[in-house]
Amino acid sequence: MSTMLKYQQKDLKIVGTRPLRPDGVDKVTGRARFGADYKLPGQLIGKVLRSPHAHARIKSIDVSAALALPGVKAVVTRDDFAEMPDEMAAVGELMINFRDVTRNMMAREKVLYDGHPVAAVAAVSESVARAALALIKVEYEVLPHVIDVVEAMQPGAPLLNENQYTAGVKPKPERASNVAKRLEFGCGDIAAGFKQADVIIEREFNTKPVHQGYIEPQACLASYSADGQADLWTSTQGHFVFRAQCAKVLQMEVSKIRVTPTEIGGGFGGKNNIYNEALAIALSRKSNHPVKMVMTREEVFRGTGPTPGANVKVKLGATRDGKITAAEAELNFQAGAFPGSPVNQASMCAFTRYDLANVRVVGNDVVVNRPKVAAYRAPGAPIAVYGVESVIDEMAKKLGIDPIEFRLKNAAKEGTQTYYGPKLGVIGYIQTLEAARAHPHYSAPLGPNQGRGVATGFWFNIGNETTCSLNLQEDGTLTLNLGTIDVAGGSRAAMAMMVAEELGIEFERVRPFVGDTSTLGFNFLTAGSRSTFASGMACVIAARQVIEKLRARVAKIREVPLEAVAWKDGRAEPADASVAQFAPMTLPEIARMAGKTGGTVAGHAEINAQGAGPGFGTHIVDVEVDKQTGAVNILRYTVVQDVGKAIHPAYVEGQLQGGAVQGIGWALNEEYVYGDDGVLQNPGFLDYRIPVASDLPRIDTVIVEVPNPNHPYGVRGCGEVPIISPMAAIANAIENAIGLRLYQQPFSPPRVLKAISDAAAAKR
Amino acid sequence: MARIMLSGTLAPYTDGVLELELDVANVRQLFQALEQRYPELRDHLEAGIAVAIDDEIYQDALLQPIASDSEVILITKIAGG
Amino acid sequence: MTRNHVSTTVNGDQVEFLCETQQTLLEALRDELQLTGTKEGCGTGDCGACSVMVDGRLVCSCLMLAVEAEGKAIETIEGMAKGEKLHPLQKKFIEHAALQCGICTPGILIAARSLLTRNPDPTESEVRFWLAGNLCRCTGYHKIIDAVLDAAREMRGA
Repeated sequence: MSTMLKYQQKDLKIVGTRPLRPDGVDKVTGRARFGADYKLPGQLIGKVLRSPHAHARIKSIDVSAALALPGVKAVVTRDDFAEMPDEMAAVGELMINFRDVTRNMMAREKVLYDGHPVAAVAAVSESVARAALALIKVEYEVLPHVIDVVEAMQPGAPLLNENQYTAGVKPKPERASNVAKRLEFGCGDIAAGFKQADVIIEREFNTKPVHQGYIEPQACLASYSADGQADLWTSTQGHFVFRAQCAKVLQMEVSKIRVTPTEIGGGFGGKNNIYNEALAIALSRKSNHPVKMVMTREEVFRGTGPTPGANVKVKLGATRDGKITAAEAELNFQAGAFPGSPVNQASMCAFTRYDLANVRVVGNDVVVNRPKVAAYRAPGAPIAVYGVESVIDEMAKKLGIDPIEFRLKNAAKEGTQTYYGPKLGVIGYIQTLEAARAHPHYSAPLGPNQGRGVATGFWFNIGNETTCSLNLQEDGTLTLNLGTIDVAGGSRAAMAMMVAEELGIEFERVRPFVGDTSTLGFNFLTAGSRSTFASGMACVIAARQVIEKLRARVAKIREVPLEAVAWKDGRAEPADASVAQFAPMTLPEIARMAGKTGGTVAGHAEINAQGAGPGFGTHIVDVEVDKQTGAVNILRYTVVQDVGKAIHPAYVEGQLQGGAVQGIGWALNEEYVYGDDGVLQNPGFLDYRIPVASDLPRIDTVIVEVPNPNHPYGVRGCGEVPIISPMAAIANAIENAIGLRLYQQPFSPPRVLKAISDAAAAKR
Repeated sequence: MARIMLSGTLAPYTDGVLELELDVANVRQLFQALEQRYPELRDHLEAGIAVAIDDEIYQDALLQPIASDSEVILITKIAGG
Repeated sequence: MTRNHVSTTVNGDQVEFLCETQQTLLEALRDELQLTGTKEGCGTGDCGACSVMVDGRLVCSCLMLAVEAEGKAIETIEGMAKGEKLHPLQKKFIEHAALQCGICTPGILIAARSLLTRNPDPTESEVRFWLAGNLCRCTGYHKIIDAVLDAAREMRGA
């Protein structure tokens, strides 16, 4: 059975407008409750002891002094958690290697990064918990560490896992390696492609890890009851996925854990995995009290996953008249302490914006002594695209072709064969390029030391398992239970808008909320730009089901055949006066009678949404470089993106603006700084510099709508594409401003100054 | 017989074979047939494979039908952030 | 450990609480007075999510000890609306979609109100620099600036 409801163009009353979001008042009055805002009587405070070493064997852990401290009610270490085999296991529909999940949650044989959890305590207050941590004695055998990806790939590098042999290499290598996996794919004949080229450009780029930077640190509250059931409140992007991960590492049945998602203060992919949740449940089980665990900002940086840092090599060949004949890339991604960087997806995003006959991509997933990486908005794509779009720009300049024109000459469109397999369907890439070129920004004048850069991005977007339930209440309003977490406030509104549109009623009559895991079947995380697409699809299916049931009910009440009843503008009315006449019934009228005519009416959907539509974007940025300080100022920024359909344009604009600004931070200032000892030196917002209001101009947005044929409203999803282009766009703008290209991110003042002085020295 | 193409990332597990024809009616049958021929593929098929059937991408859709003249491409699964 | 007794005024109400000497005002507001509208984003005064007013002055409550609140007048986000009547800033933030996840919103509202109290007609640049101490990761600040300038306009009766 296909879950896909095809796109139908129709006149819209609610979808596409800008109603006020239903949770807005709670958020502006401080009433909304985020992870750390929950509290239970008798709760204890849980705290984690973290490794001070980048790499060490754990020889012993002695918690006796901590346990003896008055006010300490429980301590957990590796001994409290089951060994998990080295194999992929299903959690919901995700396959994850739980051998790594449990070790990242709490170290077993070794600590693999500065910040790796080693033990956790639950005590009557924060100060007692901290004192208890100081009393835990851990004996470490410190080992040599490696944090640079290229160094980690060399034979002879310190090994994180002596039993890891590079997968994807035949025959199986004899020696263990930090390269967990190697992949290689492409199409055509790369050597022939380069032979055809008049110009070949080959460049190497390096990037540092950056953190998702959500302002709300991870927070959870667990309450384990004596009958073996646990309640968990947590700030998460996926309460069903968290339930599954906790159940697996704690060896509990899935339905014995009820996870209530709190409001979430930002995730961006960083809250797709458990960190403290299973620890809190275990501490609650051991202490017979609820246990609350809130990370400090320092813990967020040291212990949760950033995006990978990487080494990227790009080689491009083109003919003099601007046709790309060959494209090659090598992507070496840091996975952090355990395998699983997004090098796969980065490899597939690198060149997809172009119609290419000859492509070769090699990717390496490399473990290093840093926190295990987590997803961050279009995982891997910004890194690969920084390299590719920079070389595209260099090529355009070398050939004397306008950067947008060059991209148009090679642009992917409907029917273009991707280099990883399928042909692209209906897409809006060319439309975004043309809209950018036509935008006044593109032709605005520039002053000295100012430059303009363009870059484009692509993301697949996904669908995945989604459930929802729509219930008619006695007064004719409806409650909509969404299984998909609302991370940014727009999706609750968007789902209610689609339901209201389907039913022909006012938006305010549909009350959306996200229920806990006991109220619905499995829902995938809110990630992959899937929420409006997949959850929207589920809501529309549920709404149409409700309409069918309403029609049937009215047919019975009015004693007419079903075919005689039409649903229009929020009421049941005669489909055709010649067939049967009857007094129409509004939704409140039907609701009032529902209980006495068979029971209330509800609709629901349990689907695995397929048919997500890829998103494309084009960014234009103007910068001014201060050659004295090296500061790069963003003067003007325009985001053009095909979103399929903007259900609530204000929140779509918000996604475009927010994603672009994260990309700007990635480009200009954000990076993890490590010392020679492998310890993180900037685990705080003072020295990990994200953009602030005074750094930025307005972010102008142009919403392009090329409907996704596989969604009833044409939705593609939009959250991830905007973060992909900024790094490259800014690198291109800097090159145009001062004639220097930066191959190392971030483009912070010291690096810009160094590039300027190196160039001056080279001239002498 | 449906035409099956495998992403280059799977080449190490199929002795380099990237194209074959199989008589299968849905994705589940396709995976079973591939696992029979190439046992090393099993972990990878379970862990993270999406399937494009006539250029429409499907993930976790074991019952999705494959027609006798379909073109099927196995690619890496996509997640997100 | 003996706790300290503190008497203070929060949002116009006389309150008292017990706290440990090293506890911050932020912790006391959230954990002793159950006023969880003020948020902790960093604990080191870098993100502004914990912004409150102390005797009319904009302060990061994570940088102030709870005992220092003795005898002071504290204003938090919970006191910004008057019953169902939202402050113009609160209203404009919703209208302009100037919040997404909402975690930074209480701090930004407190900071923005403090700006408009001293400067009812700020330029965009003045708003941006005043709010530079309030980190937002979701919005890119664009709609926040729109909302603050629009609220200022409404409050001036312009």
